[in-house]
Amino acid sequence: MTSTTTNPETLSVLDRPNSYIGKTVPRPNLDRLTQGRGLYVSDMELPRMAHVVYLRSPYAHAKIIGIDAAAAKQLPGVIAVVTGPELAAVITPWVGVLTHLKGLKSAPQSAIAIDRVCWQGEAVAAIVATSRAVAEDAAELVAVDYEELDAVTDMRTALDPQTPVIHASLGDNLAFERSLDAGTVDAAFAESDAVVEAEFVFGRHTGVTLEPRAVVADWNPGDSRLTIYQGTQAPHMVQNIAALHLGLEESQIRVVCKDVGGSFGIKVHVYADEMATYALTKLLRRPIKYVADRIESFNTDIHARDHRCKGKIGVKRDGTIMAFEIDDITGIGPYSMYPRTSAIEANQVVNLVGGQYTTKNYRARTRVVFQNKNVMCQYRGVGHPIACSVTEGLVDLAAMKIDMDPVEIRRRNLIADDAYPCASPSGLKFELLSHHASMDKLIGMMNYDALRAEQAALRKKNIHRGIGIASFIEVTNPSAAFYGVGGAKISSQDGVAVRLDAQGSVICQTSITEQGQGSESLTAQIVGSVLGVSMGKVRVILGDTDNTPYGGGTWASRGAGIGGEAALQAAKVLRRNVLDVAAAILQASPAELDIVNNAIVNLDDGAVRIELRELCRIVYFRPDTLPPGIQPELMATRHFVPREYPFAFTNGVQAAWVEVDTDTGFVKLLRHWVVEDCGTIINPQLVDEQIRGGVVQGLGAALFEKCIYDERGQLTNANMADYLVPMSGEMPDIDIGHVVSPTFETELGAKGAGEAGTAGAAAAVSNAVNDALKPFGAFITEIPLTPQVILSALGRI
Amino acid sequence: MKASAFSYARATSVVNAIELLAEHGDRAKVLSGGQSLMPAMNLRLISPELIVDIGDLTELRGIAVTGDRLRIGALTRHVDLLNSADVAKHAPLISEAITHVAHAAIRNRGTIGGSLAHADPAAELPASMVALKATIIVEGPAGERQIAAEDFFTGIYETALEVDELLVAVEVPVAQRNSAHYFSEFARRHGDYGIVGLAAQAVVDGDILTDLRLAYFSVGDRPVLAMAATKLLNVAVTPAVLLEASETLGEELDPQEDQQASVSMRRHLAKVLLARCVATLLGRPELSAGEVL
Ligand SMILES: Cc1cc2nc3c(=O)[nH]c(=O)nc-3n(C[C@H](O)[C@H](O)[C@H](O)COP(=O)(O)OP(=O)(O)OC[C@H]3O[C@@H](n4cnc5c(N)ncnc54)[C@H](O)[C@@H]3O)c2cc1C
Repeated sequence: MTSTTTNPETLSVLDRPNSYIGKTVPRPNLDRLTQGRGLYVSDMELPRMAHVVYLRSPYAHAKIIGIDAAAAKQLPGVIAVVTGPELAAVITPWVGVLTHLKGLKSAPQSAIAIDRVCWQGEAVAAIVATSRAVAEDAAELVAVDYEELDAVTDMRTALDPQTPVIHASLGDNLAFERSLDAGTVDAAFAESDAVVEAEFVFGRHTGVTLEPRAVVADWNPGDSRLTIYQGTQAPHMVQNIAALHLGLEESQIRVVCKDVGGSFGIKVHVYADEMATYALTKLLRRPIKYVADRIESFNTDIHARDHRCKGKIGVKRDGTIMAFEIDDITGIGPYSMYPRTSAIEANQVVNLVGGQYTTKNYRARTRVVFQNKNVMCQYRGVGHPIACSVTEGLVDLAAMKIDMDPVEIRRRNLIADDAYPCASPSGLKFELLSHHASMDKLIGMMNYDALRAEQAALRKKNIHRGIGIASFIEVTNPSAAFYGVGGAKISSQDGVAVRLDAQGSVICQTSITEQGQGSESLTAQIVGSVLGVSMGKVRVILGDTDNTPYGGGTWASRGAGIGGEAALQAAKVLRRNVLDVAAAILQASPAELDIVNNAIVNLDDGAVRIELRELCRIVYFRPDTLPPGIQPELMATRHFVPREYPFAFTNGVQAAWVEVDTDTGFVKLLRHWVVEDCGTIINPQLVDEQIRGGVVQGLGAALFEKCIYDERGQLTNANMADYLVPMSGEMPDIDIGHVVSPTFETELGAKGAGEAGTAGAAAAVSNAVNDALKPFGAFITEIPLTPQVILSALGRI
Repeated sequence: MKASAFSYARATSVVNAIELLAEHGDRAKVLSGGQSLMPAMNLRLISPELIVDIGDLTELRGIAVTGDRLRIGALTRHVDLLNSADVAKHAPLISEAITHVAHAAIRNRGTIGGSLAHADPAAELPASMVALKATIIVEGPAGERQIAAEDFFTGIYETALEVDELLVAVEVPVAQRNSAHYFSEFARRHGDYGIVGLAAQAVVDGDILTDLRLAYFSVGDRPVLAMAATKLLNVAVTPAVLLEASETLGEELDPQEDQQASVSMRRHLAKVLLARCVATLLGRPELSAGEVL
């Protein structure tokens, strides 16, 4: 596997001696985690802590007639059995809507179901006991009397008049609808030499985290404060929501987020069972721990991607794409998720389709419907994989129709690298992208022509290999346009505070969070570089609302671009402050001095003037020796939010090389390439591994992962044996290259990189499989591409 | 996902284990490698009152060749099968099959006795035993019984074992001069149970198959010994002969449908395996391509 970079940009503040920017340095948390000394919520024990198990509905839709917990309450070790109405005394219900998603509606959702369950897995009672095992024993003794109701499961018929309405108060099962009509679509189709249509089907899947969702909630009546230990991506969001629904001030809630065993967007939401756990500690006045087990994770962790999207493309014989049109539908479960809502993915699909191409003619509609299945919401790549698969699938279909090479048709339509700034038909603003440079680089890395020759040679031997290309755009560094403008109290700004201790080490508090992607590392790299301090002397504190600045956290590929810029700016101020003090001590001018390698040096000859450690000693213990009037300020705080562009768009292109066994329908992934442009690269290894991890999740979607529901709304494969996550044995080598187009909205120039891999991987694989199947006249627009799907398409079974 | 409470006994001898089983009947469960039992207990699919751990019974461990029989003790772990020179020499089908069983961590604990007693219709070892004409040796209060592998597996997770019996060993005839074998399965991921699999043991005389046992797995409630094999014996195998065998196979198999595969897909894959098996055994790759499917 290779990793290569072209045109690395150098940046003033960061282009300093001993800069860590652009270097692969080991992450500061590596030893702690590899030595098993991390602190995950799952491992936490507090005095008097009790464990909660949620008894969950076996039905997708049912009335709760009665709950008899008498026997369960008798079991030794059981502390309480709490039902929905009982818990409602301490926590209010919520409605997952945002005002900028016009017309989005949802029904009030309670922490524990009150009189009706709306999906298989919704909690109907909390059993609190001295251990999880006892609570599970007790759960078996709780008798719930249900009256099963008709379940709405098929999104295609959810809006039919004969389908029952899940929430009568809403009038119908339509949560959200959006239409867009840009340019002159009908005329463009009329002028096209070929028009191709297809329906793309995406399996519902989920993000499988190594550590399940976990909370320890501890209400301390003594100081009227609630401490929530939770593996979350957004501690301040959790603080706000918990306060709102428990009737507390935000200052009464502290959210602590230590190590998190994987997240991928699964842990950026607030779940009913987590809310119930906060409420239970208030009710029972003792620490309560909730750790989802694997089965309830499958049944309650948000699902994603369940879309059916009809697409249409018009193309000229010379390859010019004339127009795109899509009609998308998605089923999101019975409630719009709180607080980010379940309309975002569909909204993204409408925003993103065709966004990498020049055509201005684009019509789209999406409909988001309720069903009696688990809730759906944002998971790594939100909407991008769907938009990319539809767009790139259509482009390949068009290419096939006019008999043009897939790379060639893309080259003729991708927005030119010198056309920026510009906007997409859906109104997305692009500051600077590099579609063509990226494509050129990819073609070189994969040796496209040689691969085509190999493909042709092997075909003669009845070996069917395919090449798939997928270019994409990606939303990163979101401003308030994402959630804030819609009324969600989810901060889009982040803050970083840096200070020197009395020995010249740096303590850095940041509002972004770490779930394995390297937030801690990139923050230390930036602060160390800007300050001139070695990374080992920078300690980064994250995930604690009492001890970090206010901010959004880590999601939507925003940690490096937004939190990183705040770190840079804070470190710059601290550096200035240090140099001011140094100048006073040394009777020099700050402009003649620099900080390098933990010491104040002369800017011109690099001679060491005073160690930082010594400067700190003087400032903290002998301020009496400083010149009069000097008040050193060895702490600085800065916040940052993008203001000019609502999102920093990035771009990239992926390619897959696969072999299809046409007798068995099995697909072998032979190799995968990605060229990606995330602007300034802070840590190449972190970026590359983020991309690889993202690709693997995309490959999971392409070939393996699917939550399989039956017609009664039962999730039938809620375990690790039947829900197939991608594993290393099936993964190809993934080569990564970069093109660097920094954003000029920040000094750092970094855009997001965490979701790029997921955005295009499935599209590349689908296109590759279809390329392999070309001699058979089959074209599949459904994922996962299981052997059953492929054999059916080939007419073999 | 915590098992409900249970009692635990560590058996001190085979006799002691059998006594415990006899005393507690179907409320007790033998614990061998625990790789199937523990997940089932943690999922509360079963809640035995007593666990009889046979881990200390060294007499149940080990691989030995006596005369023309290869004997494998029930406690022999998958990894031991994988690494055994005796198994590789005398029953290479097992050496190959075992690479498809789960992952290294599971193979380090899982045992052949556990796998056979568990009798998962998708498991590799039961079918291999049927292909190899193995004898399963069990011991109970009334003494030892020898059961032909073909008769041992009686249904999904069901065997001829009585609740008070312990599986102590298996014996397979050692490979003969012209013995050949074939093992393959279609699994979505490495280590998964196969959607369809085939363990085959044959005797090849020049380009003629003089014996052929085709034990399919994942196509029924137990390993299925395909009678289609008889169509291929003692004849020059032409595409037409293979096609006829393939059709017979399609008729005799009655596979189940599940999330991975429909009935017709299972039949189809079984035929693919037949063609590939015969092509491999006879060293004639052309037989596995084309119309025979
Ligand atoms: C993730 C995973 C993947 C797996 N994949 C595969 C696979 O691909 N193919 C495959 O074949 N297996 C697979 N397995 C199962 C594995 O091979 C088990 O090791 C095997 O099925 C059982 O062996 P064990 O020694 O662990 O038995 P245990 O789990 O200890 O016992 C299994 C059952 O057999 C009974 N039993 C055990 N020993 C005896 C005995 N001597 N006499 C009477 N009864 C006994 C027990 O009471 C229990 O009912 C997988 C397991 C896991 C966890």
